Amino acid sequence: MRLLLSLVVPGLLLGAWQLNSVVGVFSPIQLPPPSAVLAAATELVERGELWLHVAISTQRVLIGFTLGAALGLAFGALLGLSRLADALLMTTIGALRAVPSLAWVPLLILWMKIGEDSKVTLIVIGAFFPVFTTLFLALRHVDRQLVEAGRAFGLRGVRLLTTVLLPAVVPAIFSGLRLGLAQAWLFLVAAELIASSLGLGFLLVDSSSNGRTDRIFLAIILLAVLGKTTDALLGVTERWAVRRWT
Amino acid sequence: MTALLTPGGTHAPHHNQALGLRFSRLGRSFGSPEGKRIVLQDVSLDVRAGEILAILGTSGCGKSTLLRTAAGLDAPDSGQVLIDGDPVRGIDERCAVAFQEPRLLPWHTLRANVAIGLPRSASASTGKAKVLELLELVGLDPFAALRPREVSGGMAQRASLARALARDPGVLLLDEPFGALDALTRIRMQDLLLDIHRVRPTTVLLVTHDVDEALLLADRILVLGRGSADTQEGSSILELIAVPGVRPHDRNSADLGALRSTLLSMLGVTGR
Repeated sequence: MRLLLSLVVPGLLLGAWQLNSVVGVFSPIQLPPPSAVLAAATELVERGELWLHVAISTQRVLIGFTLGAALGLAFGALLGLSRLADALLMTTIGALRAVPSLAWVPLLILWMKIGEDSKVTLIVIGAFFPVFTTLFLALRHVDRQLVEAGRAFGLRGVRLLTTVLLPAVVPAIFSGLRLGLAQAWLFLVAAELIASSLGLGFLLVDSSSNGRTDRIFLAIILLAVLGKTTDALLGVTERWAVRRWT
Repeated sequence: MTALLTPGGTHAPHHNQALGLRFSRLGRSFGSPEGKRIVLQDVSLDVRAGEILAILGTSGCGKSTLLRTAAGLDAPDSGQVLIDGDPVRGIDERCAVAFQEPRLLPWHTLRANVAIGLPRSASASTGKAKVLELLELVGLDPFAALRPREVSGGMAQRASLARALARDPGVLLLDEPFGALDALTRIRMQDLLLDIHRVRPTTVLLVTHDVDEALLLADRILVLGRGSADTQEGSSILELIAVPGVRPHDRNSADLGALRSTLLSMLGVTGR
């Protein structure tokens, strides 16, 4: 039922889009009909290019997100648990976070050239901060009363961490991961728009300069589908984890 | 002595007897924006092994602070707490605490929560048996596999009590453990506490703001408070009263009626 309801609006949008090709409010250059987008997709699939664009983009996101999230979890845990690490590192990390992430692009290209490394690194940066910030804040706001009760029963150090602190922040970790994943897709497109020869971001720039609006729509729809799918996968794990740990 | 020699074979060998506790010239103050605020001042008291001592006082008088120093959750600025003659330094294995809130871990079952209280020395099998025995004692054995949010406040509080008992504490510290419960549940919990104390006599320090509860449960009542209206001064012992008769005390007796008025007027309530 919920699934059906959630499909109502996309269905209506698709209908309005199809209707436009009949009524002609927007020209086919501005808004090609759904059939043209489908044809563009078929053509790219037949030439074997579409799969490459999707695969390389997904690969970049997965690698970048995994590394960024892992670093975010490590630093979030370190600064959330240790006042010393917080005092030592928070100003620096806060300053780095304040830099608009696209400002790193020229430097990354200078250091790593235009290749996979610079793109993946940008995605790592994008995924890092939401994960780091969410975990850090969650660890700082673990119910003090629970922590005290744990201490009163002799839990400390690693045992206090694994028995009380980590389980308490599991739901927050997942919301951080989902935010980080959304950022990863955002930064993927940014990286590919700037410099690439393959990937959905490249497909966008390339189609734009060739006036292929149908392909632009195709790329946007694919990004929406991929982003939503990966987020839904994470959402399923999140629901399981929240049930388990709260 | 091994665990096998004790009846039932489920008790940790060194904790299962009531221990005496002594507060010795205890002082504690907290820093606040307006300067130092003295909470406890020169509190000295001997608590006998196996007795139930109620600690009464108005809110903010330092009842909980006194209890927390005994648990090692708080360190006094001066003086010390001695359990069985040894000073308390940090969290003390000989004590167990039950708080006003159950403070159970929401992601664990009641059974696993009770097991948190087990002393580290307990082996897996004796620990498991003891948790089962305690759940039975507090009447939670049918609910052992439920999570805290799936049970009522009274049941959660019973689990919290069982968790404290799992330590086989020489001193059981109860910080207004029934304060947040409804009147009926509170009466049941008070009876339960006396039952438990009969089965496993241990020294109990019970912080409460309920005069009737103190009269019903305690062997002695300590009234904590400031000697004058001067807020610069910290709380100390205003009165230490032995409650006559045998537990559970009949609160309708004339002796207790008079005592009740005395206690209430000490806490600033008159004419009742």
